[in-house]
Amino acid sequence: MEVSSEILLNAIWETLYMVSIGLFFGAILGFILGIILVVTRKGHILENKWVFGIVNPIVNIFRSIPFIILLVAIIPFTRLLVGTAIGTTAAIVPLVLHIGPYISRLVENSLLEVDGGIVEAAKAMGATPFQVIRKFLIPEAFPSLILSVTTATIGLIGATAMAGAVGGGGLGDVAITYGYQRFDDMTILVTVILLVVFVQLIQMIGNKLERHFRHIS
Amino acid sequence: MIEFIETTKDYHIHNQVIRALDHVNLKINKGDIFGVIGFSGAGKSTLIRTVNLLEVPTEGKVLVDGKDLTQLSKKELRKEKKKIGMIFQHFNLLQSKTVFDNVAMPLSLAGVKKEEIKSRVNEVLEFVGLEEKTNVYINQLSGGQKQRVGIARALITNPKILLCDEATSALDPQTTKSILNLLKRVNIEYGITILIITHEMGVIHEICNRVAVMEKGRIVETGSVLDIFSDPKTQTTKNFVQSVVRDEIPDSIFEQLEQANPNERIFKLKFIGVDVGQPVVSEVAKKFNVDISVLFGNITELQQVPFGNLIIEMIGDSAETDKAVQYIKNRNVQIEEVIADGSEFRDPSKRDLGNLIYG
Ligand SMILES: Nc1ncnc2c1ncn2[C@@H]1O[C@H](COP(=O)(O)OP(=O)(O)O)[C@@H](O)[C@H]1O
Ligand SMILES: [Mg+2]
Repeated sequence: MEVSSEILLNAIWETLYMVSIGLFFGAILGFILGIILVVTRKGHILENKWVFGIVNPIVNIFRSIPFIILLVAIIPFTRLLVGTAIGTTAAIVPLVLHIGPYISRLVENSLLEVDGGIVEAAKAMGATPFQVIRKFLIPEAFPSLILSVTTATIGLIGATAMAGAVGGGGLGDVAITYGYQRFDDMTILVTVILLVVFVQLIQMIGNKLERHFRHIS
Repeated sequence: MIEFIETTKDYHIHNQVIRALDHVNLKINKGDIFGVIGFSGAGKSTLIRTVNLLEVPTEGKVLVDGKDLTQLSKKELRKEKKKIGMIFQHFNLLQSKTVFDNVAMPLSLAGVKKEEIKSRVNEVLEFVGLEEKTNVYINQLSGGQKQRVGIARALITNPKILLCDEATSALDPQTTKSILNLLKRVNIEYGITILIITHEMGVIHEICNRVAVMEKGRIVETGSVLDIFSDPKTQTTKNFVQSVVRDEIPDSIFEQLEQANPNERIFKLKFIGVDVGQPVVSEVAKKFNVDISVLFGNITELQQVPFGNLIIEMIGDSAETDKAVQYIKNRNVQIEEVIADGSEFRDPSKRDLGNLIYG
């Protein structure tokens, strides 16, 4: 294996960095959009066909752009936001724009799974729209939201592998530059095993948390 | 307490208008346990939902304690909603929270202090008999227990009105009975006016004092439960009443009539209130030269008033039997002769019977 453990450790760090920061901002964006998609739809607590009519197609557009294209296409915007278009931090901007809309759809699905009767009961109690979201929808959807975030995190790990295209680094980048381009099978194997371990670990944690919050005896 | 004035509700779907409520006029008095019965799709849920503005009427209005809720500001409306509790067919409790947190919800939404919430929750949980389940999650409860939590949650804000939308329709008969008893206690001990929606006449029979029958968005009949059960006017109402007070003649009796004997005649007695059939029957047996046997009886109580019917056989001289029948009529008990045909009654004075019931 040509790759030193130092490079590998650094790559692990870069992947963790991109995934965690990307997930953090992506989740904020995704939750906001997802909640908007739910509460502004027809018949819901803040029905608004204008807001829904704008947010819904925008999410669709971002969802349909392949990540590798998004990565390149938004370079000017990335530069504006973080001062540079190259490097690990710069890679986080397209990662957020990629994963945010994805999370919004997952959040939307999770919230829509909540029985309509719950919202009904909340309205009968005189809950404000904010209280309906905060005290009824999110707590009821919580186990499902955990699984949504788990799925999104795994999707994000996959996306970070492409971040190498803008000098983002990470495990995927090592696999391609050292392993694939220099025919180093060992490096590919090691990075792939590391990624598999990551994914397994995250799925396991997600499932455990989900079960913990579902309160099924 | 609740007054519907020309209340109308239209739903628009695919450019079509569905009139769920059609100029409903109805008054529910303070202290009533008022039942609204109708088949599925009659508009019952829409009606009850206009009371706490889960649905806003298209036309007309609903007054709650004299106030038109549509005229209030959002803040005032939230305050008014605290005076109207609601329970649901499928309970609509939060699975993610314990019994305590579910019941506490209306108070915590209103920002009530923790200690106050705690004592209040314990109080209502004791009232509904669930103090031992305080820290249990909802899916560990039976259907009846879930509805008790629903009732506790509705009572926590000290409402004046309790709305029940098919509150027992998901429960077995035994559990239904216990929930209805609890609602009766809610009405008596807290003086809460109850509006109950159902498609089961048994529920009306069990606890209501007044009832309205709904069909296609309209109220087709309304009155005291005793009046509706004893003298239903529309076919819909008659069908509902029959579902509880079975007054059709059993087939076995028609079979018996096949072997007709002029000295063995069968009659159906219908009675309401104090003039209970049984004493009349034994009086007749003593006064006249006829033998009487009771073939079939169905007696229930409505608002503590006995109510029901008896099918009796009179054996004796036909002329003597006629005299006995006249005597029973004079006691203001409705009596009709059952004949083999089954669809008709022989008695020519049948038309007058309606008037006779009330003397
Ligand atoms: N939100 C709604 N949108 C469209 N139509 C509705 C809606 N709610 C009820 N309806 C219609 O209104 C009528 C009355 O419904 P509902 O009040 O639920 O009746 P019930 O409770 O007596 O079964 C039905 O025809 C139903 O399809
Ligand atoms: Mg209904």
